[in-house]
Amino acid sequence: MNDIWAGILAAFQLIVSLDADLVEITLRSLQVSLSALVIASLMALPLGTWLAIRRFRFRRAAIATLNALMGLPPVVVGLIVYLLLSRSGPFGVLGLLFTPTAMIIAQVIIITPLIASITHQAMRELWAEYHDLLISLNTSQRQRVATLIWDGRRALLTGALAGFGRAIGEVGAIMIVGGNIDNATRVLTTAIALETGKGDFALALGLGFILIALALMVNFAIHTLSRTERHGTW
Amino acid sequence: MSPLSVSLRDVSVKRRGKTILGPIDLDLGESGFTVVLGPNGAGKTTLLKVLHGVERVSGGTVQWSAPADAAQQAQAYVFQRPIMLRRSVRNNLAYPLQLRGTSKAEIAREVSLWAARVGLMDVLDQPAPRLSGGEKQKLALARALIRQPSVLFLDEPCANLDGRSTREIEAVLRAAHDSGTRIIMTTHDLGQARRLGSDVVFLLNGALHEQGPATQVFAQPAQPETKAFLDGDIVD
Ligand SMILES: Nc1ncnc2c1ncn2[C@@H]1O[C@H](COP(=O)(O)OP(=O)(O)O)[C@@H](O)[C@H]1O
Ligand SMILES: [Mg+2]
Repeated sequence: MNDIWAGILAAFQLIVSLDADLVEITLRSLQVSLSALVIASLMALPLGTWLAIRRFRFRRAAIATLNALMGLPPVVVGLIVYLLLSRSGPFGVLGLLFTPTAMIIAQVIIITPLIASITHQAMRELWAEYHDLLISLNTSQRQRVATLIWDGRRALLTGALAGFGRAIGEVGAIMIVGGNIDNATRVLTTAIALETGKGDFALALGLGFILIALALMVNFAIHTLSRTERHGTW
Repeated sequence: MSPLSVSLRDVSVKRRGKTILGPIDLDLGESGFTVVLGPNGAGKTTLLKVLHGVERVSGGTVQWSAPADAAQQAQAYVFQRPIMLRRSVRNNLAYPLQLRGTSKAEIAREVSLWAARVGLMDVLDQPAPRLSGGEKQKLALARALIRQPSVLFLDEPCANLDGRSTREIEAVLRAAHDSGTRIIMTTHDLGQARRLGSDVVFLLNGALHEQGPATQVFAQPAQPETKAFLDGDIVD
Protein backbone atom coordinates (compact mmCIF):
# COMPACT_ATOMS: atom_id res chain seq x y z
CA MET A 1 0.00 0.00 0.00
CA ASN A 2 2.79 2.42 0.95
CA ASP A 3 4.48 1.87 -2.36
CA ILE A 4 1.32 2.86 -4.18
CA TRP A 5 0.74 6.01 -2.11
CA ALA A 6 4.34 7.02 -2.53
CA GLY A 7 3.97 6.38 -6.25
CA ILE A 8 0.87 8.52 -6.53
CA LEU A 9 2.54 11.37 -4.65
CA ALA A 10 5.66 11.16 -6.76
CA ALA A 11 3.50 11.03 -9.87
CA PHE A 12 1.81 14.30 -8.96
CA GLN A 13 5.20 15.84 -8.30
CA LEU A 14 6.37 14.77 -11.75
CA ILE A 15 3.29 16.27 -13.35
CA VAL A 16 3.36 19.53 -11.39
CA SER A 17 7.08 20.03 -11.96
CA LEU A 18 6.66 19.20 -15.68
CA ASP A 19 9.27 16.47 -15.52
CA ALA A 20 11.34 16.45 -18.72
CA ASP A 21 10.86 12.73 -19.49
CA LEU A 22 7.17 12.92 -18.83
CA VAL A 23 6.69 15.92 -21.06
CA GLU A 24 8.78 14.43 -23.84
CA ILE A 25 6.88 11.14 -23.80
CA THR A 26 3.51 12.88 -23.70
CA LEU A 27 4.39 15.15 -26.60
CA ARG A 28 5.63 12.20 -28.65
CA SER A 29 2.40 10.32 -27.98
CA LEU A 30 0.37 13.29 -29.12
CA GLN A 31 2.54 13.78 -32.16
CA VAL A 32 2.26 10.15 -33.27
CA SER A 33 -1.46 9.77 -32.59
CA LEU A 34 -2.47 13.15 -34.01
CA SER A 35 -0.47 12.45 -37.17
CA ALA A 36 -2.16 9.05 -37.46
CA LEU A 37 -5.52 10.73 -36.87
CA VAL A 38 -5.03 13.32 -39.61
CA ILE A 39 -3.82 10.77 -42.15
CA ALA A 40 -6.53 8.24 -41.27
CA SER A 41 -9.25 10.92 -41.42
CA LEU A 42 -8.11 12.11 -44.83
CA MET A 43 -8.73 8.58 -46.11
CA ALA A 44 -11.63 7.47 -43.92
CA LEU A 45 -13.97 10.47 -44.19
CA PRO A 46 -14.20 10.48 -48.00
CA LEU A 47 -14.24 6.66 -48.08
CA GLY A 48 -17.09 6.39 -45.57
CA THR A 49 -19.09 9.09 -47.34
CA TRP A 50 -18.50 7.52 -50.72
CA LEU A 51 -19.63 4.10 -49.47
CA ALA A 52 -22.80 5.72 -48.16
CA ILE A 53 -23.93 7.50 -51.31
CA ARG A 54 -22.57 5.50 -54.23
CA ARG A 55 -24.12 2.30 -55.46
CA PHE A 56 -21.57 -0.02 -57.02
CA ARG A 57 -21.09 -3.69 -57.52
CA PHE A 58 -18.94 -4.68 -54.56
CA ARG A 59 -20.36 -2.16 -52.12
CA ARG A 60 -21.67 -4.71 -49.64
CA ALA A 61 -18.42 -6.64 -49.79
CA ALA A 62 -16.49 -3.41 -49.22
CA ILE A 63 -18.58 -2.56 -46.15
CA ALA A 64 -18.21 -6.08 -44.77
CA THR A 65 -14.44 -5.87 -45.28
CA LEU A 66 -14.35 -2.54 -43.51
CA ASN A 67 -16.21 -3.93 -40.52
CA ALA A 68 -13.93 -6.95 -40.43
CA LEU A 69 -10.84 -4.72 -40.52
CA MET A 70 -12.22 -2.83 -37.54
CA GLY A 71 -11.88 -5.99 -35.52
CA LEU A 72 -8.21 -6.58 -36.39
CA PRO A 73 -6.22 -7.18 -33.19
CA PRO A 74 -3.66 -4.35 -32.92
CA VAL A 75 -0.93 -6.82 -32.04
CA VAL A 76 -1.46 -8.56 -35.37
CA VAL A 77 -1.37 -5.22 -37.17
CA GLY A 78 1.92 -4.59 -35.39
CA LEU A 79 3.25 -7.94 -36.51
CA ILE A 80 2.28 -7.35 -40.13
CA VAL A 81 3.72 -3.84 -40.23
CA TYR A 82 6.87 -5.21 -38.57
CA LEU A 83 7.25 -7.86 -41.27
CA LEU A 84 6.66 -5.31 -44.04
CA LEU A 85 9.16 -2.84 -42.63
CA SER A 86 11.82 -5.24 -41.34
CA ARG A 87 15.11 -5.25 -43.14
CA SER A 88 14.24 -8.36 -45.14
CA GLY A 89 10.68 -7.19 -45.79
CA PRO A 90 9.40 -5.47 -48.96
CA PHE A 91 9.80 -1.97 -47.50
CA GLY A 92 12.93 -2.75 -45.53
CA VAL A 93 15.09 -0.39 -47.60
CA LEU A 94 13.15 2.57 -46.26
CA GLY A 95 14.62 1.93 -42.82
CA LEU A 96 11.40 2.87 -41.06
CA LEU A 97 11.25 0.13 -38.43
CA PHE A 98 11.61 1.47 -34.87
CA THR A 99 10.83 5.03 -35.90
CA PRO A 100 7.79 7.19 -35.05
CA THR A 101 6.81 6.87 -38.73
CA ALA A 102 6.38 3.11 -38.30
CA MET A 103 4.18 3.75 -35.28
CA ILE A 104 2.07 6.23 -37.25
CA ILE A 105 1.65 3.67 -40.04
CA ALA A 106 0.46 1.03 -37.58
CA GLN A 107 -1.98 3.41 -35.92
CA VAL A 108 -3.33 4.57 -39.28
CA ILE A 109 -4.08 0.94 -40.17
CA ILE A 110 -5.79 0.40 -36.82
CA ILE A 111 -8.03 3.49 -36.79
CA THR A 112 -8.87 4.07 -40.47
CA PRO A 113 -11.50 1.29 -40.57
CA LEU A 114 -13.01 2.56 -37.31
CA ILE A 115 -13.35 6.15 -38.53
CA ALA A 116 -14.55 5.04 -41.96
CA SER A 117 -17.17 2.78 -40.43
CA ILE A 118 -18.54 5.47 -38.10
CA THR A 119 -18.52 7.92 -41.03
CA HIS A 120 -20.35 5.44 -43.25
CA GLN A 121 -23.04 4.86 -40.64
CA ALA A 122 -23.65 8.57 -40.04
CA MET A 123 -23.54 9.50 -43.72
CA ARG A 124 -25.93 6.71 -44.67
CA GLU A 125 -28.55 8.03 -42.27
CA LEU A 126 -28.08 11.59 -43.44
CA TRP A 127 -28.18 10.60 -47.09
CA ALA A 128 -31.45 8.70 -46.59
CA GLU A 129 -32.86 11.84 -45.02
CA TYR A 130 -31.56 14.28 -47.67
CA HIS A 131 -31.69 12.10 -50.78
CA ASP A 132 -34.94 13.33 -52.35
CA LEU A 133 -34.21 16.99 -51.68
CA LEU A 134 -30.68 16.89 -53.08
CA ILE A 135 -31.85 15.04 -56.18
CA SER A 136 -34.72 17.47 -56.65
CA LEU A 137 -32.37 20.46 -56.38
CA ASN A 138 -30.27 18.98 -59.17
CA THR A 139 -27.11 19.00 -57.07
CA SER A 140 -23.81 17.82 -58.49
CA GLN A 141 -21.96 14.92 -56.91
CA ARG A 142 -19.51 17.36 -55.32
CA GLN A 143 -22.28 19.51 -53.88
CA ARG A 144 -23.88 16.41 -52.38
CA VAL A 145 -20.71 15.25 -50.69
CA ALA A 146 -19.99 18.77 -49.42
CA THR A 147 -23.51 19.13 -48.02
CA LEU A 148 -23.41 15.75 -46.29
CA ILE A 149 -19.97 16.32 -44.81
CA TRP A 150 -20.93 19.78 -43.54
CA ASP A 151 -24.25 18.75 -42.04
CA GLY A 152 -22.73 15.55 -40.68
CA ARG A 153 -19.73 17.34 -39.23
CA ARG A 154 -20.55 16.52 -35.61
CA ALA A 155 -20.88 12.82 -36.32
CA LEU A 156 -17.66 12.91 -38.33
CA LEU A 157 -15.82 14.65 -35.50
CA THR A 158 -17.17 12.04 -33.12
CA GLY A 159 -15.76 9.32 -35.35
CA ALA A 160 -12.40 11.08 -35.51
CA LEU A 161 -12.28 11.47 -31.73
CA ALA A 162 -13.08 7.79 -31.26
CA GLY A 163 -10.21 7.02 -33.62
CA PHE A 164 -7.87 9.27 -31.66
CA GLY A 165 -8.93 7.63 -28.39
CA ARG A 166 -8.15 4.22 -29.81
CA ALA A 167 -4.79 5.38 -31.19
CA ILE A 168 -3.48 7.09 -28.08
CA GLY A 169 -4.40 4.18 -25.81
CA GLU A 170 -3.05 1.45 -28.06
CA VAL A 171 0.06 -0.43 -26.91
CA GLY A 172 0.52 -3.77 -28.69
CA ALA A 173 1.22 -2.61 -32.24
CA ILE A 174 3.44 0.37 -31.45
CA MET A 175 5.46 -1.67 -29.00
CA ILE A 176 6.31 -4.08 -31.80
CA VAL A 177 7.01 -1.58 -34.59
CA GLY A 178 8.37 1.25 -32.42
CA GLY A 179 10.44 -0.81 -30.04
CA ASN A 180 9.86 1.55 -27.06
CA ILE A 181 13.27 3.16 -27.54
CA ASP A 182 14.13 5.88 -25.04
CA ASN A 183 14.20 9.37 -26.58
CA ALA A 184 13.02 7.98 -29.90
CA THR A 185 9.87 5.88 -29.90
CA ARG A 186 8.77 5.73 -26.28
CA VAL A 187 5.16 6.88 -25.87
CA LEU A 188 2.67 6.96 -22.98
CA THR A 189 1.43 3.40 -23.23
CA THR A 190 4.75 1.71 -23.91
CA ALA A 191 6.46 3.72 -21.18
CA ILE A 192 3.78 2.71 -18.66
CA ALA A 193 4.30 -0.93 -19.58
CA LEU A 194 8.06 -0.59 -19.17
CA GLU A 195 8.05 1.39 -15.92
CA THR A 196 5.50 -0.92 -14.36
CA GLY A 197 7.69 -3.86 -15.26
CA LYS A 198 10.66 -2.13 -13.64
CA GLY A 199 8.61 -1.31 -10.55
CA ASP A 200 8.94 2.47 -11.01
CA PHE A 201 5.36 3.30 -10.19
CA ALA A 202 5.89 7.04 -9.94
CA LEU A 203 6.56 7.58 -13.63
CA ALA A 204 4.09 4.86 -14.63
CA LEU A 205 1.31 6.43 -12.60
CA GLY A 206 2.17 9.96 -13.73
CA LEU A 207 1.96 8.86 -17.37
CA GLY A 208 -1.19 6.91 -16.53
CA PHE A 209 -2.88 10.01 -15.12
CA ILE A 210 -2.06 11.93 -18.27
CA LEU A 211 -3.43 9.11 -20.43
CA ILE A 212 -6.61 9.01 -18.37
CA ALA A 213 -6.96 12.78 -18.61
CA LEU A 214 -6.61 12.60 -22.41
CA ALA A 215 -9.17 9.80 -22.62
CA LEU A 216 -11.59 11.74 -20.42
CA MET A 217 -11.15 14.83 -22.56
CA VAL A 218 -11.93 12.83 -25.69
CA ASN A 219 -15.02 11.30 -24.12
CA PHE A 220 -16.19 14.64 -22.81
CA ALA A 221 -15.78 16.13 -26.28
CA ILE A 222 -17.78 13.26 -27.84
CA HIS A 223 -20.50 13.70 -25.24
CA THR A 224 -20.67 17.46 -25.81
CA LEU A 225 -20.83 16.92 -29.56
CA SER A 226 -23.72 14.48 -29.30
CA ARG A 227 -25.56 17.04 -27.18
CA THR A 228 -25.05 19.89 -29.64
CA GLU A 229 -26.16 17.46 -32.37
CA ARG A 230 -29.58 17.34 -30.78
CA HIS A 231 -29.73 21.04 -30.09
CA GLY A 232 -28.02 22.03 -33.30
CA THR A 233 -26.25 25.03 -31.84
CA TRP A 234 -23.42 25.13 -34.37
CA MET B 1 -38.28 32.18 -65.51
CA SER B 2 -39.81 31.18 -68.79
CA PRO B 3 -43.04 29.18 -68.72
CA LEU B 4 -42.93 25.44 -69.26
CA SER B 5 -45.42 22.87 -70.45
CA VAL B 6 -45.15 19.10 -70.32
CA SER B 7 -46.55 16.10 -72.18
CA LEU B 8 -46.68 12.53 -70.95
CA ARG B 9 -47.08 9.89 -73.64
CA ASP B 10 -47.88 6.32 -72.68
CA VAL B 11 -46.00 6.70 -69.40
CA SER B 12 -46.05 3.82 -66.96
CA VAL B 13 -44.22 3.05 -63.73
CA LYS B 14 -43.75 -0.52 -62.57
CA ARG B 15 -42.37 -1.55 -59.20
CA ARG B 16 -41.73 -5.17 -58.31
CA GLY B 17 -43.61 -6.32 -61.37
CA LYS B 18 -46.71 -4.33 -60.43
CA THR B 19 -47.89 -1.33 -62.43
CA ILE B 20 -48.36 1.51 -59.96
CA LEU B 21 -48.97 4.21 -62.57
CA GLY B 22 -50.25 4.32 -66.12
CA PRO B 23 -50.06 3.93 -68.95
CA ILE B 24 -50.92 7.62 -68.90
CA ASP B 25 -51.23 10.36 -71.54
CA LEU B 26 -51.37 13.80 -70.00
CA ASP B 27 -50.74 17.37 -71.16
CA LEU B 28 -50.18 20.18 -68.70
CA GLY B 29 -50.06 23.72 -70.11
CA GLU B 30 -47.82 26.64 -69.24
CA SER B 31 -50.08 28.17 -66.63
CA GLY B 32 -52.69 27.18 -64.10
CA PHE B 33 -53.10 25.59 -60.72
CA THR B 34 -53.60 21.86 -61.23
CA VAL B 35 -54.86 19.78 -58.33
CA VAL B 36 -54.22 16.04 -58.49
CA LEU B 37 -56.94 14.13 -56.65
CA GLY B 38 -57.53 10.49 -55.88
CA PRO B 39 -57.72 8.00 -53.04
CA ASN B 40 -54.68 6.79 -51.10
CA GLY B 41 -52.36 4.76 -53.28
CA ALA B 42 -53.91 6.07 -56.52
CA GLY B 43 -50.46 7.13 -57.74
CA LYS B 44 -50.55 10.89 -57.04
CA THR B 45 -47.09 11.07 -55.53
CA THR B 46 -45.69 8.83 -58.24
CA LEU B 47 -47.18 11.07 -60.95
CA LEU B 48 -45.66 14.21 -59.40
CA LYS B 49 -42.24 12.58 -59.12
CA VAL B 50 -42.42 11.35 -62.72
CA LEU B 51 -43.25 14.86 -63.90
CA HIS B 52 -40.36 16.28 -61.84
CA GLY B 53 -38.02 13.67 -63.27
CA VAL B 54 -37.03 12.03 -60.01
CA GLU B 55 -38.97 8.77 -60.50
CA ARG B 56 -37.77 6.25 -63.05
CA VAL B 57 -40.41 5.46 -65.66
CA SER B 58 -40.77 1.94 -67.00
CA GLY B 59 -42.13 3.05 -70.36
CA GLY B 60 -43.26 6.06 -72.37
CA THR B 61 -41.88 9.58 -72.58
CA VAL B 62 -41.99 12.72 -70.43
CA GLN B 63 -41.40 15.71 -72.67
CA TRP B 64 -40.91 19.21 -71.23
CA SER B 65 -40.94 22.26 -73.48
CA ALA B 66 -37.26 22.80 -72.57
CA PRO B 67 -34.20 20.55 -72.42
CA ALA B 68 -34.43 18.14 -69.47
CA ASP B 69 -31.71 19.79 -67.40
CA ALA B 70 -33.00 23.33 -67.88
CA ALA B 71 -36.53 22.11 -67.19
CA GLN B 72 -35.55 20.55 -63.88
CA GLN B 73 -33.59 23.64 -62.85
CA ALA B 74 -36.78 25.65 -63.37
CA GLN B 75 -38.83 23.39 -61.10
CA ALA B 76 -39.19 23.12 -57.36
CA TYR B 77 -40.72 20.28 -55.37
CA VAL B 78 -42.15 20.29 -51.85
CA PHE B 79 -42.20 16.73 -50.51
CA GLN B 80 -45.08 15.31 -48.52
CA ARG B 81 -42.82 15.03 -45.47
CA PRO B 82 -40.81 18.24 -45.43
CA ILE B 83 -37.07 17.56 -45.58
CA MET B 84 -35.19 19.82 -43.20
CA LEU B 85 -31.47 20.28 -43.61
CA ARG B 86 -29.77 20.06 -40.20
CA ARG B 87 -29.03 23.77 -40.24
CA SER B 88 -30.68 26.96 -39.12
CA VAL B 89 -33.85 28.15 -40.83
CA ARG B 90 -31.78 30.92 -42.41
CA ASN B 91 -29.30 28.46 -43.90
CA ASN B 92 -32.08 26.20 -45.15
CA LEU B 93 -33.51 29.14 -47.08
CA ALA B 94 -30.08 30.16 -48.33
CA TYR B 95 -29.15 26.66 -49.51
CA PRO B 96 -30.75 26.56 -53.00
CA LEU B 97 -29.26 29.98 -53.77
CA GLN B 98 -25.82 28.93 -52.53
CA LEU B 99 -25.95 25.98 -54.92
CA ARG B 100 -26.41 28.46 -57.74
CA GLY B 101 -23.55 30.66 -56.59
CA THR B 102 -25.75 33.65 -55.79
CA SER B 103 -23.89 36.51 -54.06
CA LYS B 104 -24.02 36.77 -50.26
CA ALA B 105 -25.76 40.14 -50.30
CA GLU B 106 -28.43 38.89 -52.68
CA ILE B 107 -28.93 35.75 -50.58
CA ALA B 108 -29.38 37.79 -47.40
CA ARG B 109 -31.99 39.95 -49.12
CA GLU B 110 -33.94 37.01 -50.52
CA VAL B 111 -33.83 35.09 -47.24
CA SER B 112 -35.31 38.04 -45.31
CA LEU B 113 -37.92 38.57 -47.97
CA TRP B 114 -39.12 34.96 -47.98
CA ALA B 115 -38.90 34.51 -44.23
CA ALA B 116 -41.19 37.51 -43.89
CA ARG B 117 -43.61 36.21 -46.52
CA VAL B 118 -44.13 32.90 -44.75
CA GLY B 119 -43.88 34.33 -41.23
CA LEU B 120 -40.62 32.73 -40.12
CA MET B 121 -38.73 35.93 -39.22
CA ASP B 122 -38.73 35.10 -35.52
CA VAL B 123 -37.20 31.66 -35.91
CA LEU B 124 -34.56 32.44 -38.54
CA ASP B 125 -31.69 31.36 -36.31
CA GLN B 126 -33.30 28.26 -34.87
CA PRO B 127 -32.29 24.81 -36.11
CA ALA B 128 -34.83 23.81 -38.77
CA PRO B 129 -35.32 20.23 -37.47
CA ARG B 130 -36.77 21.68 -34.26
CA LEU B 131 -39.58 23.67 -35.92
CA SER B 132 -43.23 22.70 -35.52
CA GLY B 133 -44.96 20.79 -38.32
CA GLY B 134 -46.59 23.93 -39.70
CA GLU B 135 -43.34 25.90 -39.58
CA LYS B 136 -41.51 23.10 -41.37
CA GLN B 137 -44.06 23.13 -44.18
CA LYS B 138 -43.75 26.89 -44.50
CA LEU B 139 -39.98 26.64 -44.58
CA ALA B 140 -40.07 23.90 -47.23
CA LEU B 141 -42.43 26.05 -49.29
CA ALA B 142 -40.31 29.19 -48.96
CA ARG B 143 -37.15 27.21 -49.75
CA ALA B 144 -38.87 26.01 -52.94
CA LEU B 145 -40.15 29.45 -53.95
CA ILE B 146 -36.86 31.24 -53.26
CA ARG B 147 -35.55 29.56 -56.43
CA GLN B 148 -38.27 31.42 -58.36
CA PRO B 149 -39.38 28.26 -60.13
CA SER B 150 -41.50 28.29 -63.26
CA VAL B 151 -43.21 25.15 -62.00
CA LEU B 152 -43.90 24.28 -58.38
CA PHE B 153 -44.87 20.75 -57.29
CA LEU B 154 -46.55 20.28 -53.93
CA ASP B 155 -47.36 16.90 -52.42
CA GLU B 156 -50.11 17.38 -49.83
CA PRO B 157 -48.58 20.56 -48.44
CA CYS B 158 -51.21 20.95 -45.72
CA ALA B 159 -51.56 17.37 -44.49
CA ASN B 160 -51.60 17.36 -40.68
CA LEU B 161 -51.76 21.15 -40.40
CA ASP B 162 -54.32 23.12 -38.44
CA GLY B 163 -56.72 25.55 -40.12
CA ARG B 164 -54.62 28.60 -39.45
CA SER B 165 -51.39 27.21 -40.92
CA THR B 166 -53.38 25.88 -43.88
CA ARG B 167 -54.82 29.34 -44.59
CA GLU B 168 -51.35 30.93 -44.34
CA ILE B 169 -49.89 28.41 -46.77
CA GLU B 170 -52.81 28.82 -49.18
CA ALA B 171 -52.24 32.59 -49.18
CA VAL B 172 -48.60 32.09 -50.14
CA LEU B 173 -49.60 29.63 -52.88
CA ARG B 174 -52.18 32.07 -54.28
CA ALA B 175 -49.59 34.84 -54.35
CA ALA B 176 -47.10 32.56 -56.12
CA HIS B 177 -49.74 31.54 -58.64
CA ASP B 178 -50.76 35.16 -59.22
CA SER B 179 -47.15 36.09 -59.93
CA GLY B 180 -47.00 33.46 -62.65
CA THR B 181 -45.78 30.24 -61.04
CA ARG B 182 -47.29 27.10 -62.54
CA ILE B 183 -48.51 24.95 -59.66
CA ILE B 184 -49.21 21.21 -59.61
CA MET B 185 -50.44 20.01 -56.24
CA THR B 186 -51.89 16.89 -54.68
CA THR B 187 -54.29 17.23 -51.79
CA HIS B 188 -56.69 15.24 -49.69
CA ASP B 189 -58.59 18.36 -48.79
CA LEU B 190 -61.43 18.77 -51.28
CA GLY B 191 -62.23 22.22 -49.85
CA GLN B 192 -58.68 23.27 -50.59
CA ALA B 193 -58.90 21.78 -54.08
CA ARG B 194 -62.02 23.89 -54.76
CA ARG B 195 -60.47 27.03 -53.29
CA LEU B 196 -57.22 26.83 -55.22
CA GLY B 197 -57.54 24.62 -58.28
CA SER B 198 -57.99 25.89 -61.81
CA ASP B 199 -58.05 22.37 -63.22
CA VAL B 200 -58.29 18.85 -61.86
CA VAL B 201 -56.54 15.58 -62.59
CA PHE B 202 -58.32 12.62 -61.00
CA LEU B 203 -56.34 9.41 -60.57
CA LEU B 204 -57.73 6.01 -59.69
CA ASN B 205 -55.64 2.85 -59.32
CA GLY B 206 -52.75 4.41 -61.18
CA ALA B 207 -54.89 5.43 -64.14
CA LEU B 208 -55.85 8.92 -65.29
CA HIS B 209 -59.59 8.73 -64.73
CA GLU B 210 -60.69 12.26 -65.46
CA GLN B 211 -59.16 15.63 -66.30
CA GLY B 212 -60.80 19.01 -66.81
CA PRO B 213 -61.33 22.57 -65.60
CA ALA B 214 -62.00 22.67 -61.85
CA THR B 215 -65.40 24.35 -62.18
CA GLN B 216 -66.58 21.66 -64.56
CA VAL B 217 -65.16 18.65 -62.71
CA PHE B 218 -66.53 19.82 -59.38
CA ALA B 219 -69.97 20.75 -60.77
CA GLN B 220 -70.46 17.93 -63.27
CA PRO B 221 -67.88 15.15 -63.09
CA ALA B 222 -67.97 13.04 -66.23
CA GLN B 223 -67.18 9.76 -64.49
CA PRO B 224 -69.30 8.14 -61.77
CA GLU B 225 -66.18 7.28 -59.73
CA THR B 226 -65.10 10.92 -59.75
CA LYS B 227 -68.52 11.96 -58.57
CA ALA B 228 -68.47 9.33 -55.83
CA PHE B 229 -65.01 10.50 -54.70
CA LEU B 230 -66.08 14.14 -54.64
CA ASP B 231 -69.19 13.18 -52.68
CA GLY B 232 -66.95 11.59 -50.09
CA ASP B 233 -67.80 8.00 -50.88
CA ILE B 234 -65.17 5.27 -50.80
CA VAL B 235 -63.94 4.42 -54.29
CA ASP B 236 -61.50 1.76 -55.37
N1 LIG C 1 -41.04 2.16 -54.37
C1 LIG C 1 -42.21 1.50 -54.43
N2 LIG C 1 -42.22 0.15 -54.53
C2 LIG C 1 -43.38 -0.52 -54.59
N3 LIG C 1 -44.58 0.05 -54.58
C3 LIG C 1 -44.65 1.38 -54.48
C4 LIG C 1 -43.48 2.19 -54.40
N4 LIG C 1 -43.84 3.49 -54.30
C5 LIG C 1 -45.19 3.47 -54.33
N5 LIG C 1 -45.69 2.25 -54.43
C6 LIG C 1 -47.11 1.85 -54.52
O1 LIG C 1 -47.63 2.55 -55.64
C7 LIG C 1 -48.93 2.97 -55.38
C8 LIG C 1 -49.05 4.46 -55.62
O2 LIG C 1 -48.32 5.15 -54.63
P1 LIG C 1 -48.36 6.73 -54.48
O3 LIG C 1 -47.98 7.34 -55.77
O4 LIG C 1 -47.54 7.06 -53.28
O5 LIG C 1 -49.91 7.00 -54.18
P2 LIG C 1 -50.61 8.28 -53.54
O6 LIG C 1 -49.61 9.38 -53.44
O7 LIG C 1 -51.74 8.59 -54.47
O8 LIG C 1 -51.13 7.87 -52.19
C9 LIG C 1 -49.26 2.56 -53.98
O9 LIG C 1 -50.01 1.37 -54.04
C10 LIG C 1 -47.93 2.30 -53.35
O10 LIG C 1 -48.02 1.31 -52.36
MG1 LIG D 1 -48.81 10.42 -51.79
